[in-house]
Amino acid sequence: MSTHPLRGAAAIAGLGVTPQGRVYGTNAIGFAVDAIRLALEDAGLARSDLDGLLVNPGLTWNDQGMGSFQLQQALGVRDLRLTATMNLGGATACAMIQHAAQAIAAGLCHTVACVFSDAPLKPPSPQGARSSTGAAYGFARGWEAAYGFFGVNAMYALVARRHMHRYGTTQDQLGAVAVAQRRWANLNPQAQMHDRPLTLDEYRASRWIVEPFHVFDCCLVSNGGLAVIVTSAERARALQKPPVYVWGMAQGHRGGDPSDTLTSGAVLAKEPAFAMAGITLRDVDVVELYDCYTFTVIVTLEDYGFCAKGEGGAFAAEHHTGPGGTLALNTGGGQLSSFYMWGMTPVSEAVIQLRGEGGARQVPKHDVALVSGNGGILSTHTTLVLSRLAS
Amino acid sequence: MKETAVEIRPVPAIVPEMAPFWEAARRHELVAQCCLECGAFRFPAREVCSRCLSRQAAWRPVSGRGRVFSVAVMHQANHPWFAARLPYAVVVVELDEGARMLSTVVGRAPHDITIGMPVEVAFDDVTPEVSLPVFRASAS
Repeated sequence: MSTHPLRGAAAIAGLGVTPQGRVYGTNAIGFAVDAIRLALEDAGLARSDLDGLLVNPGLTWNDQGMGSFQLQQALGVRDLRLTATMNLGGATACAMIQHAAQAIAAGLCHTVACVFSDAPLKPPSPQGARSSTGAAYGFARGWEAAYGFFGVNAMYALVARRHMHRYGTTQDQLGAVAVAQRRWANLNPQAQMHDRPLTLDEYRASRWIVEPFHVFDCCLVSNGGLAVIVTSAERARALQKPPVYVWGMAQGHRGGDPSDTLTSGAVLAKEPAFAMAGITLRDVDVVELYDCYTFTVIVTLEDYGFCAKGEGGAFAAEHHTGPGGTLALNTGGGQLSSFYMWGMTPVSEAVIQLRGEGGARQVPKHDVALVSGNGGILSTHTTLVLSRLAS
Repeated sequence: MKETAVEIRPVPAIVPEMAPFWEAARRHELVAQCCLECGAFRFPAREVCSRCLSRQAAWRPVSGRGRVFSVAVMHQANHPWFAARLPYAVVVVELDEGARMLSTVVGRAPHDITIGMPVEVAFDDVTPEVSLPVFRASAS
């Protein structure tokens, strides 16, 4: 048993998920306010109960630097004791919860809203103009653009190709991840792909985005907001929803060229997070891994030790990570098939599973969940171990 | 027909720290920044050597020879000039001197470009100011 002072000190007491996907009528700030309102209602709290606000602004926030102050004004909350605008890319969601839990455990504040929102999708144009889901993500300028190298899809594609070259990872193994997660999404009414089954043959026949990625290797693009309320374990127990305790946390940011290491920061973060939580891999019932691409899931499975390095593709193809399989992985469909709220998607699904609110997709044993966040090109990594049990 | 963005090929802005690179490229010579402390080549230009933290660097000629380190085939482009040319390959070339460059391989179909393939530099004179380094398959 771990005696770390952070273990079990804080808990997630509220979850707010706005409608996701092609939803319009407000902007990123509006979605953030909606998500926090829903999370407070879920917890049975009022705005005045908040004394902390952490924000991960999506790409369409106007003021990335002072987003948390902008949101505090929009939300009309006063007298906060903790706020920050945080950005580790897709690793931010877990990092916000870590920061909140640390501050709560240190007595600096007691109830913190952590929120992500974005609104990259525009309503269909009346002229029927071409729609490109990638348009909001045109990162590359200058040098890269001169070669027609656009966006994160292409950056990850280069790294994935190295993994395939070095370890023999196959296209169908990437497809196995997409198919398994789609089967979970078919059981999740909130998933954007809920009504759209996917077979491996359909995956193979689907359009390319950038080889080796088909469209179904890439996460969705979603409008929406997602918030959680983090508070002390003691307060959480007095609220209306079953607490989701934060048992363990860590970060790992490798630096260098991910094409060389072909690993995520999980290789650094896993051990301290598991030590704090007092668990081993065998204690994990539910696994929610950050999935910007199918490839990211394969690498992250390897780095947490579900299989040996280089065998993530074979593991995904053979070990049946879909419903009824041997590993309950990305049980809401993940960001590939439910919705893309950066790292908040895996966090929210872990909360749903640990509370036992998963409906048709509920995992029978749901005591301990592992959640990962990943940002940049395998650049930043955060780990959370969550549990429905206080200790 | 009205001139549209379709005809306009994206050209890198010549930022001051890369000016020597483009000057050499106009003469069809490939140069890379070389750390004067540890000798590591790097690309593109950076203020500091990430290996030894020295700020002393100079642009030095490199062989222009290397191997394809990775390759991605683009099927979706955010720019109309490239959208009209899909699919096409983008590669990372590891030069013999160690520096890696994002570029492309010309004279080969996208699917005939493989990791480990030996390549050598060529130049595409895109504008009077910008000769863009590209790579061709080479013998060794």
